[in-house]
Amino acid sequence: MMNISNFLKFAALSAVLALGACTTKKEAVAVAPPPPPPVATPAPPPPPGILPGSIQDFKVNVGDTVQFAYNEYNILETDKGTLQKQAAWLNKYPQVAITVEGHADERGTREYNLALGARRANAVKEFLVSLGVSTSRLQTVSYGKERPLCSSSTEDCWAQNRRGVSTITSGAST
Amino acid sequence: MRKFLLPLVALAALFATPALAALQVDVTQGNAQPLPIAIPDFVTTDPVGANIASVVRADLERSGLFKPVDPRAFVDKVTNINVVPNFANWRVISAQGLVTGDVVQQPDGRLRVDFRLWDVYGESQMLGQQFFTQPANWRRIAHLVSDAIYERITGEKGYFDTRIVFISETGPATRRVKRLAVMDEDGANPIFLTRGDYMVLTPRFNPTAQMIAYMSYIGAKPRVYLFDLETGKQEVLGNFPNMTFSPRFSPDGNKLALSLENNGNSDIFVMDLRSRQVTRLTSDPAIDTAPSFSPDGRQITFESDRGGSQQIYIMNVDGSNQRRVSFGSGRNGTPVWSPRGDLIAFTKQDGGRFDIGVMRVDGSGERLISSGWEDEGPTWAPNGRVLMFTRSIQGGRGAQIWSVDVTGRNERRVMTPGDASDPAWSPLIQ
Repeated sequence: MMNISNFLKFAALSAVLALGACTTKKEAVAVAPPPPPPVATPAPPPPPGILPGSIQDFKVNVGDTVQFAYNEYNILETDKGTLQKQAAWLNKYPQVAITVEGHADERGTREYNLALGARRANAVKEFLVSLGVSTSRLQTVSYGKERPLCSSSTEDCWAQNRRGVSTITSGAST
Repeated sequence: MRKFLLPLVALAALFATPALAALQVDVTQGNAQPLPIAIPDFVTTDPVGANIASVVRADLERSGLFKPVDPRAFVDKVTNINVVPNFANWRVISAQGLVTGDVVQQPDGRLRVDFRLWDVYGESQMLGQQFFTQPANWRRIAHLVSDAIYERITGEKGYFDTRIVFISETGPATRRVKRLAVMDEDGANPIFLTRGDYMVLTPRFNPTAQMIAYMSYIGAKPRVYLFDLETGKQEVLGNFPNMTFSPRFSPDGNKLALSLENNGNSDIFVMDLRSRQVTRLTSDPAIDTAPSFSPDGRQITFESDRGGSQQIYIMNVDGSNQRRVSFGSGRNGTPVWSPRGDLIAFTKQDGGRFDIGVMRVDGSGERLISSGWEDEGPTWAPNGRVLMFTRSIQGGRGAQIWSVDVTGRNERRVMTPGDASDPAWSPLIQ
């Protein structure tokens, strides 16, 4: 799996390679048959609307995931905005219940990482509670290192796997 | 499922065992010089005679302490185990030990298996035993023969007639399917106990090998369960609002140590399995988990990050006198007390690696005994001489079970049906 920064690097690299190919093969391109005339294509359909209060609304417009530093469970400054948006959304849709999943990267023993995942899930829960979300709407579950998003043994991958994910379990609009 | 107590009428020594000790192996020295031993097919008209000998050869070879001589090198053929062998014919092929056996079908359908262990250079019998069993149990008889030979020559109890409970793994790392499974110590007879529709982790046998405690995600609620191998029944242990995990039985089987999580904090408790009452043993804001009893049941070793990093501690079984014992480099966790009481095996994380280590119970004498990229979660053979552990392959490319002698020698992969993790060794089966 590729994260965004790697994707951008890859895209930029691909563009450079394409450009290089163009310049070195200029003559070959010149003798190639002309491309077919452009065909009028219909405009793409508008993106399907996201139903407010739906699971997709929460994932796309709010963001369900926050990250953690290695072996830490404090909420990062960079993630506080996401959790504030989560809390505002949950306060707007009070019938929604969520389970916060806590995950760890592979660099910890199995039992320790189960406990670490529980710390992370609870940290997310407490942050949401501090912003007015009722504890009765918030469950937590730890998956330790058992459910990675990404399976490479790299710092990049480990960072993605150290996460808290707020998953809607009931009450979303459908 | 059938009870593992099998109908086995055992063992009357055929002759008094002579008190000679010429033929012996010092297990504390590992496998520097494995003992050459000849194990011809047991005499019988049935293929089971060759099968038993083959399993005994494999058991003893796997221990690293014996070197079974290739039967194709034999210059003599055993046709009657009740006559003294021609020892010269076994010295020719450099065998120091010789095992002869026969299998006779009884009128009631059972098999009678006799075997003798001979000292080829001392020209004397070291051991003779007899077993009766149903034909289907021939593998157990082979393991009992291996255990008897191992014990006679090393002076230590064998561990071949044991089972392993483990987690069978399939599928990609991001969607791993983990099932509860058991198999014989040599990887034979694997049985899957769950279907894989929910994740199962960290199984442990009770002292009779009839019950398994483990953690399961049934209903997306991670809780400790008990599986009864006799009835196939599983039950959740207790009624707790949050995660329960990392179970391990007390040596008498009447109690279970485990971790309970509450508001993100994990502490260690002991549950009385008859009354189901729980007693809290730790109460601090750190992670306290991975408890393991001492063999006398009086102390518990566990891991905690109360000092700032994951380290190994010991406490009395009532929770008093909690003290740190690991002071080596890196992070140290998953302590497991040796059945002999003398050592604690553990997982060390240091310099980006995970290795299995052992140390004395006061934390001294630390030695690393495995060398993978991510080795974790040791479990002891009942004789305290061999360990198994999980070896994860870098890059999410699977997990395997490996074994290694406590000396650090004889590291080898344990055969499992596909990927596997979290092995736990049974006690010797009674």
